[in-house]
Amino acid sequence: MQRYSGFGLAKHALTHNENWQRLWRNPTPKKKYDVIIVGAGGHGLATAYYLAKEHGITNVAVIEKGWLGGGNTARNTTIVRSNYLWDEAAALYEHAMKLWEGLSQDLNYNVMFSQRGVLNLGHTLQDMRDIQRRVNANRLNGIDGEVLDTQQVQEICPILNCSADARFPVLGASWQPRAGVARHDAVAWGFARGADALGVDLIQQTEVIGMRIEDGQIVGVETNRGFIGAETVGCVAAGNSSVLAKMAGIKLPLESHPLQALVSEPIKPILDTVVMSNHVHGYASQSDKGDLVIGAGIDGYNGYGQRGSYPTIEHTLQAIVEMFPVFSRVRMNRQWGGIVDTCPDACPILSATPVKGLFFNCGWGTGGFKATPGSGNVFAWTLAKGYAHPLAAPFSIDRFVSGKLIDEHGAAGVAH
Amino acid sequence: MLHIFCPYCGEHREEAEFRPKGQAHIARPLSPEQCSDEEWADYLFFRDNPRGIHHELWVHATGCRKFFNVTRHTVSYEILETYKMGEKPKVTAESLAKGGRS
Amino acid sequence: MSQVNRLGSGGYIDRTQTLTFTFNGNQYTGYKGDTLASALLANGVGIVNRSFKYSRPRGIVAAGAEEPNAIMQLGATEAAQVPNIRATQQALYSGLTARSTNGWPNVENDAMGLIGKLGGPMMGPGFYYKTFMAPASMWMTYEKFIRKAAGLGRSPKEKDPDQYDHYHRHCDVLVIGAGPAGLTAALAAGRSGARVILCDEQEQMGGHLLDTRDQLNGKDASLWVSQVLAELATMPEVLLLPRTTANGLHDHNFATLHERRTEHLADTAPDANQVRSRMHHVRAHQVILASGAHERPLVYANNDVPGNMLCGAVSTYIRRYAVVPGQRLVVTTTNDDGYRAALDWAEAGREVVAIVDARPSPEGDCVKEARKKGIRIITGSAVFEAKGSKRVTGARVSGVDPATFTLTGVKDDLACDTIASSGGFSPVVHLSAHTGTRPIWRDDIIGFVPGKVKGLTSVGAVNGVYALDRILADAAEAGTNAALASGFNVAGVELPSVTKQLESKPIALFQVPHEKPTMRAPKQFVDLQNDVTAAGIELATREGFESIEHVKRYTALGFGTDQGKLGNINGMAIAARLLNQTIPETGTTVFRPNYTGITFGAIAGRHCRDLFDPERYTALHAWHLQRGAKFEDVGQWKRPWYFPVGNETMHDAVQRECRAVREKVGILDASTLGKIDIQGKDAREFIGRVYTNKWAQLGVDKCRYGLMCKDDGMVMDDGVTTCLGDNHFLMTTTTGGAAAILEWLELWHQTEWPELEVYFTSVTDHWATMTLSGPKARDLLSEITDIDLSKDTFKFMECRQGQVAGVPARVYRISFTGELTYEINVQANYAMHVWKALFAHEHKYGLTPYGTETMHVLRAEKGFIIVGQDTDGSVTPEDLGMQWCVGYDKPFSWIGQRALSRPDTRREDRKQLVGLKPVDPKVVLQEGAQIVLDPKQSIPMKMVGHVTSSYFSPTLGHGFALALLMGGSKRMGEKVYMPMADGTVIEAEVVSPIFLDPKGVRQNV
Repeated sequence: MQRYSGFGLAKHALTHNENWQRLWRNPTPKKKYDVIIVGAGGHGLATAYYLAKEHGITNVAVIEKGWLGGGNTARNTTIVRSNYLWDEAAALYEHAMKLWEGLSQDLNYNVMFSQRGVLNLGHTLQDMRDIQRRVNANRLNGIDGEVLDTQQVQEICPILNCSADARFPVLGASWQPRAGVARHDAVAWGFARGADALGVDLIQQTEVIGMRIEDGQIVGVETNRGFIGAETVGCVAAGNSSVLAKMAGIKLPLESHPLQALVSEPIKPILDTVVMSNHVHGYASQSDKGDLVIGAGIDGYNGYGQRGSYPTIEHTLQAIVEMFPVFSRVRMNRQWGGIVDTCPDACPILSATPVKGLFFNCGWGTGGFKATPGSGNVFAWTLAKGYAHPLAAPFSIDRFVSGKLIDEHGAAGVAH
Repeated sequence: MLHIFCPYCGEHREEAEFRPKGQAHIARPLSPEQCSDEEWADYLFFRDNPRGIHHELWVHATGCRKFFNVTRHTVSYEILETYKMGEKPKVTAESLAKGGRS
Repeated sequence: MSQVNRLGSGGYIDRTQTLTFTFNGNQYTGYKGDTLASALLANGVGIVNRSFKYSRPRGIVAAGAEEPNAIMQLGATEAAQVPNIRATQQALYSGLTARSTNGWPNVENDAMGLIGKLGGPMMGPGFYYKTFMAPASMWMTYEKFIRKAAGLGRSPKEKDPDQYDHYHRHCDVLVIGAGPAGLTAALAAGRSGARVILCDEQEQMGGHLLDTRDQLNGKDASLWVSQVLAELATMPEVLLLPRTTANGLHDHNFATLHERRTEHLADTAPDANQVRSRMHHVRAHQVILASGAHERPLVYANNDVPGNMLCGAVSTYIRRYAVVPGQRLVVTTTNDDGYRAALDWAEAGREVVAIVDARPSPEGDCVKEARKKGIRIITGSAVFEAKGSKRVTGARVSGVDPATFTLTGVKDDLACDTIASSGGFSPVVHLSAHTGTRPIWRDDIIGFVPGKVKGLTSVGAVNGVYALDRILADAAEAGTNAALASGFNVAGVELPSVTKQLESKPIALFQVPHEKPTMRAPKQFVDLQNDVTAAGIELATREGFESIEHVKRYTALGFGTDQGKLGNINGMAIAARLLNQTIPETGTTVFRPNYTGITFGAIAGRHCRDLFDPERYTALHAWHLQRGAKFEDVGQWKRPWYFPVGNETMHDAVQRECRAVREKVGILDASTLGKIDIQGKDAREFIGRVYTNKWAQLGVDKCRYGLMCKDDGMVMDDGVTTCLGDNHFLMTTTTGGAAAILEWLELWHQTEWPELEVYFTSVTDHWATMTLSGPKARDLLSEITDIDLSKDTFKFMECRQGQVAGVPARVYRISFTGELTYEINVQANYAMHVWKALFAHEHKYGLTPYGTETMHVLRAEKGFIIVGQDTDGSVTPEDLGMQWCVGYDKPFSWIGQRALSRPDTRREDRKQLVGLKPVDPKVVLQEGAQIVLDPKQSIPMKMVGHVTSSYFSPTLGHGFALALLMGGSKRMGEKVYMPMADGTVIEAEVVSPIFLDPKGVRQNV
């Protein structure tokens, strides 16, 4: 792999940038692999990368029906945080956070992880109780965070409407300084480059159309380019997980919903932290290019169309103008939608299935991006060993039968 | 924004008047106490979530407050029919596959 | 400076109305009818901005929505600032104040330009992914500098003085674009009597007909435009919306149209009653897309130097605004349209140096016309490099072979100050693609046309039809068909005569090859706004970014405010050539709303500030205000939180209110409680199925507390339900849950148990509820009621109907405080009268109004839960120790019952509701504090629960709390610990959650 550095940039400039190498190959699929990952989004690519790097399993194919990193990885609002309420979720997201903190160096690819802090606003007395509860839990779990009052919130974000006569005045917030944003595409590309360099085959434009199962054991996948064998298959397909599961005769407790987001036209830096409000129902940050990156909740119906309904966007911008009245004259440039696989308890599924060798990593709903390295890391472990990583174990599909749900709806009240 | 025909009001109305309530035809088991934990979990949480034809429950929340069913394509978002509670869909993935599209 | 480039006559400007405006601090004049761009060009302003990445000087390129460079900061005052206005779309008004968005100290001399020049080769696409990684701790510092370069314009720092509104419209036919196609289609549909909306983004309707050389009926085309518009204006069912951009076309033919109401007049609405802009939400039966086409520039070296323009834009400025944007023109074209710019330029009396045509032997009518005028035509050739830095000084021309991507023949340098290029046209397909339909590539027109969208017909240039006679014929047919499809009889339209023009076929050329390889040639810009070059695209494909989506994302192609209207097709074509693919194989990107940007304010409309969410007040709100209440938001309701007297703190007020209830009598406005009237012969059966406890035996005029679960066994709501008759019940719900519970009841009735005869009616707003609570409640109420309140005739948990203060009332003897309580319910209109009647006896009984905070303290002393505070969706009735409220042997398996026997809900160590008594009686635990058993353990600590409610009780004389604690019911008497953020550890004893009067004596007097 060609190492990247500032010195390298200068060197290549002298040769007119004509000697840069490919970030990944475009291989023809082999007949058989040790492990197949279905879905080359951030989570799938991270899984492949850690399989190769930490478990020495390099005979791996990542099969992608479109282009790598083209699903929710390319469509999210890039927020990274780990201030989840329940121990199980907090541990998983904090595991991811620690990996984020060294990811650019590990991948030798700058994923622009910017720890500019996240404010989760409270607007009612119950919001504030919930915030206290969550921040206390975070602290005792070793996750940074503090509870701020209105004045402190105003100091961190001077343009936020903190006046007492707002419709829902800001009563305070939780503040996680280590949280922030990352460059979403770079995460996919960095993991792809890293995985490819370790020997993983990234097979794009190849759609899985069936699962071959013999005596309850997965033996490979049927694709539009023919059969590809493997006795371990990990499906990491977000919104399309239910479709893959059906091929294997499995039902999942998932619904795929449109989740919309939007960006403003680029403006000079004015918002240098991430502000989220469950109650007013919107959130915003500003990218390094100057776009305000904005999102809110899912559309209530099932949808695979990568688009939602206009009233959702309209309501989101009403919330943004309510929170940031100075943005009234800033223009929305573009909106889009992803397909999010929502779980009844707003927590993911990292699980074996009744089919031997077939695993699913799904159900991240609106909050998957922030978990990308952690999800890939524990799922790789799970695929390598054949049983759940300790951090993944609570996220087994069995929890829906036993009733041991991990209800993080408070954390996912707005998409993120 | 979807344009939905309420079978009770007999009119097309804007989506904003309605609320989606998930998959249609999920019947509560008649004898819950006889269900296994798996069966109960299936009823509570496990859904078809198809990419394609989907039968879903909606409520005309700010209209007549009636619940009804919608057959909708989850990619094109085209609504193929709406029908009252207790009725069966005329359009299904199977009927379309047979070319019986109405 | 005078308007050096303004012609003495012609154009659609009003020379009698001179307008003064300011650009970058300099004052200029223009005319009414100008855009900011045409006025700047009229004044000879060449450099209007600096580019985003390399800080290169940039001039105006286009005349419409596709303009990438002329991005302005508008506004004379802070509050009126508008970022990122396209000068080509901004009408000039008197006093307009504009600035370039980039360039320091100014656009003429930008210090950053040096960095762009020197660092350029290191700043290829994605360079930031490859550096700034060491040391890791420095990234946030690097990023600070990167962010300094971010953004175009700036957000205002003050509140927007303007307002915006929304219209909801329905129509039979929505016609988007009022050029020749749109006008004809609207006329055809309009004559049928159909409801037609015709919108166009420009100041004036007419589109291409306002600057065409073609004539209609042998006359200037604008005459025909005026006639059609005049006729449309007479039709009552036709709505004309100029200055209105169709920005999004959503599912089922729902369109959002953004109408600029006063943007063209001033930077804030001239009249406070006017809105700045208006969003029309249109549901159309049929949509006719007549959005035209954008001209594509050619990609050649230094094609960004000011003076490089689009051919069509040159014609537009000359013919429509009477502005010639230079002295000496070179045209470089792949098609006949390029010739029109040269002809217009020549007719304006300025020099056309040459027309450079990539086609070997063009023979169209306008080619002949140019020849006849003696204009030099260089065929089989193209401009491959512009000379100059702040203004074009010349064009380097060479023979070109598009098939082999090589230069041929001899090279020539032509001196000029303007190069106009045309690489053909890109239909404006955007709206057709908003619902996911992919555009279709057509080799014959070298462009994408709309794919098939239900209810949408594309006509004219957007459909790849460029000949005017065919455009008009197609449009008439489309308008007619749309009217027919909407159920109207059509009247037909007569089409104007068009002089047939012989055109010769265009040739496909996107990037012009250079004598040096692309990576070594001077920059050849594809996306001017984002500084994306052909070399950048080549680098991306070299590095393995082969999907067009990867190329776009890696290079930022098309991510600007122009959304790649000029650059996307060129970029795609360049990528296709490099990847040895056809353009359709390379694919197109998905277009998303918006077509052009819309302000947040316009989208939000009036639904912000006071109207963001309705505020709900009870019938007694005015009294609370007068009494100085502090309010709490509960759902949409404003509820009195506490009633401070004098300078009382909240703590003091609440302690006083608590004592008043425990010692005398207090009153709470409980009107916000959800109230659902339930009737029908199966009402009782229904209630028994949705509540956890038993209802079969509840007699008339009796009340009962009920818990409601979801079918997963988790508590979702609670409240008291009263039997008013054997078939008639009144259910109360939590304040926040009222609407959801009504829908919940309807859901079960309509979907599962339609055979039950039961009806639900929300009566929340119809009844006001006044909770009179305390030992003196009976004495006070008896002053104003005819109901017999004696202990043995009106018992606890009973209801009576009678007169209170002379009005009909229902009185419930229930208690949420643990004291003797009467809940007086009267028709909301009578509430103030009754309330005042009670307060007439205020001093006699010491009647004290109390708010939600006191209610919380009093109920917590009794161990009564608040759903949503002491529960969180993961708590069962058993977890709450409320087995007494669970009908285990009811015949029907009620909602939630089955789930209680799942393995996890059977666990004995579930979190259960307990009381906590701080060891230090002065301490009030923090609500949300996490509980541990061993405070000395290291982080991460094992947490076993949390505090849900916590107060200081004046009655108990100490702090107390409710908590959910793992295995709590078996931990009575144990000590638990709460490690706090400040490092202290608070110790508390686990006790029963009922702190006061566990036998319920006080409420039963």
